[in-house]
Amino acid sequence: MISAELLKQLLSLAAALFLLTAFALLAQRHMHALLRWFAVQGVLLAATTALVAYAANVHELYISAFLALVLKGLLVPWLLWRIVIRLGAHREVESLVNIFATMLIGAALVLFAYYVSLPIQELSFVVTRNIIAIALACVLIGMLIMITRRKAITQVVGFLALENALFFTATAATYGMPLVVEIGVAFDVLIAALIFGVFFFQIRSTFDSLDLKHLEVER
Amino acid sequence: MSLFDLLLGIPLLSGVVMALINRSPIAARLNIAAGFLTFVVALALAFQVLEQGSILAHEQAFFLDPYNVFLVSLTAFVAATTAIFSRTYMLHEEEIGRVTASNLRLYHAMFQLFIFGMLLALTTNNLGVLWIALELATLATVLLVSLYRTPAAISAAWKYFILCGVGIALALFGTILIFSTSSETLGHGNDALTWTLLYKNAENLTPQVITIAFVFLMVGYGTKVGLVPMHAWLPDAHGEGPTPISAVLSGLLLNVALYALVRCKTLVDGATHGDLAGKLMMGFGMLSLVVASMALHRQRDIKRMYSFSSIEHMGLMTFSFGIGTPLANFAALLHMTVHSLVKSGIFFTVGHAAQGMKTQNMIGIRGLIRLQPGIGWGLLLGTIAIAGFPPFGVFASEFLLMTAALQSYPWTICLLLPSLVVAFAGLFRHVQPMVFGVPPEEVRAVRVNMLPVYIHLGLALVLGLAIPGFLADWYHNAADLLHRGAQ
Repeated sequence: MISAELLKQLLSLAAALFLLTAFALLAQRHMHALLRWFAVQGVLLAATTALVAYAANVHELYISAFLALVLKGLLVPWLLWRIVIRLGAHREVESLVNIFATMLIGAALVLFAYYVSLPIQELSFVVTRNIIAIALACVLIGMLIMITRRKAITQVVGFLALENALFFTATAATYGMPLVVEIGVAFDVLIAALIFGVFFFQIRSTFDSLDLKHLEVER
Repeated sequence: MSLFDLLLGIPLLSGVVMALINRSPIAARLNIAAGFLTFVVALALAFQVLEQGSILAHEQAFFLDPYNVFLVSLTAFVAATTAIFSRTYMLHEEEIGRVTASNLRLYHAMFQLFIFGMLLALTTNNLGVLWIALELATLATVLLVSLYRTPAAISAAWKYFILCGVGIALALFGTILIFSTSSETLGHGNDALTWTLLYKNAENLTPQVITIAFVFLMVGYGTKVGLVPMHAWLPDAHGEGPTPISAVLSGLLLNVALYALVRCKTLVDGATHGDLAGKLMMGFGMLSLVVASMALHRQRDIKRMYSFSSIEHMGLMTFSFGIGTPLANFAALLHMTVHSLVKSGIFFTVGHAAQGMKTQNMIGIRGLIRLQPGIGWGLLLGTIAIAGFPPFGVFASEFLLMTAALQSYPWTICLLLPSLVVAFAGLFRHVQPMVFGVPPEEVRAVRVNMLPVYIHLGLALVLGLAIPGFLADWYHNAADLLHRGAQ
């Protein structure tokens, strides 16, 4: 067992790193780098979960840590990469995004998240206001990624990063949701990823491109 | 094997079976049979609750109380009649080559899976499982919206998927926040997400956390309800998918999402002793009503027009639940019932009309009454019913709603009434030329099945003329239950 003070500091460190990966995703234009950072985020999520499981002695959490590692750290990024290669989109670059401006907006979102979390009292010794605020910031940054990107795949990565942030919140703020819920949510995310895959092919075969600007159909 | 297992078991099992059946006529029949079996089971359960009060099943994993058992029967009923309509409709679509047999296999399997998702969301006692079930219902319908593979259908499905995905992710954040405070008192496990226990211990939850959580739940589940400004996905998804899917999305899925929202609101009321949740719901509801009633005028596609009408009515219900007095809850529950019945009936008619006229564009639809009186009158009567004319049930519920609003917030009438009038004008402006006049020359009558439409309109009529005593008691029970949660 590790002491509560150490756990608190380690969790804060993990939260800070998690925020860093969110910003890294926000700053990427290249598909390959984007997916690599996404995988790093998944592994970080798994590591945090395992840490909480060990420190709080909650055995169920080892299962979610394992699921996070397999699904989010390996399977989903690998699957996305395979699809990207099969669609020949691996060299595509998001050229229209103004990285500097989005980073600034991202920073503003972090401030906003802290502002929103102000009324929350320190819930317990481990769960600090910081963690809720950072988790919320990562959720908002995930949405920002989705808003600013024009390609279907980068939008999906934003969506999955958002989902990662939710899992991070669940682990760091509550020692994980009950096992039924964790597994159910992981299952839903997996199905969603598969449906995204189906969609890439449908979009590609209908519009000859994965650029979402074609989806603006006149009605 | 209890009745309750059957309720969830039938749709799940038939969904799996239909994934294996390649012959669409057989699958369509099986779909109807499964729908009716589920409905019979739901009715039996409803009577059980009426006699014995709330039931818990599988320890406390599932529960049925007057509020949700009523929605369970409604869902099962509309699902069954939609299956009848779907058989005629989808087989015609297959004949004209808009869908292939393998697409239809996907369609039937996903249809039942979707029903399963909704019934699971309604009956589960666990806040987390509710989220999972709603997401499951979304995932099941996403590929159905893009079933026709047209550019418009694919972009509609993508929008539906992304917007609802993000929306519901926010709802998960809210759920996690609730868990973070409830696990302090109820222990770290399923208990801390169990509705029945949460309600009992609402006093011990941290009000600040619950308030923030509700904002997320409101936006999250509100997206699924189709509240303005999170409604952008709804007209597209309802407009481009196959019509039976539009009918169940409009008539059922929106209800289930609203159900989730109202459950959360009751919990928040208990924990904070304030009316913030109610006020938020009133605001979003009012905004949806006003915006949707005006947007109705600008539509060209017939299904999009009726989906804006759905946004309008969901706004009305959200507003009414937001007021939260027993009368307002009663009105909202009644409105939920009649809206589901009438709106799905309208979509059935619209589906046949669009098949007959070979277009969904309202300019191309002319002279329905002369071409096929069944469709024409169905559309006209349905629109009269949904616009809130007496003697249909929508009139009764809207009248009650106005009364409730006058009692608590009289000034809101200044917005409510004009919006309803504007919506009414928008509907009739488009419907009149479609039903009267001379049909285009090249169209011919199609095979239709109007039975489900007349059943739905008939029930809405009965609810408008005289609500049966047992049903009124039931509404009263449910309305009180929702109000008592607020104490």
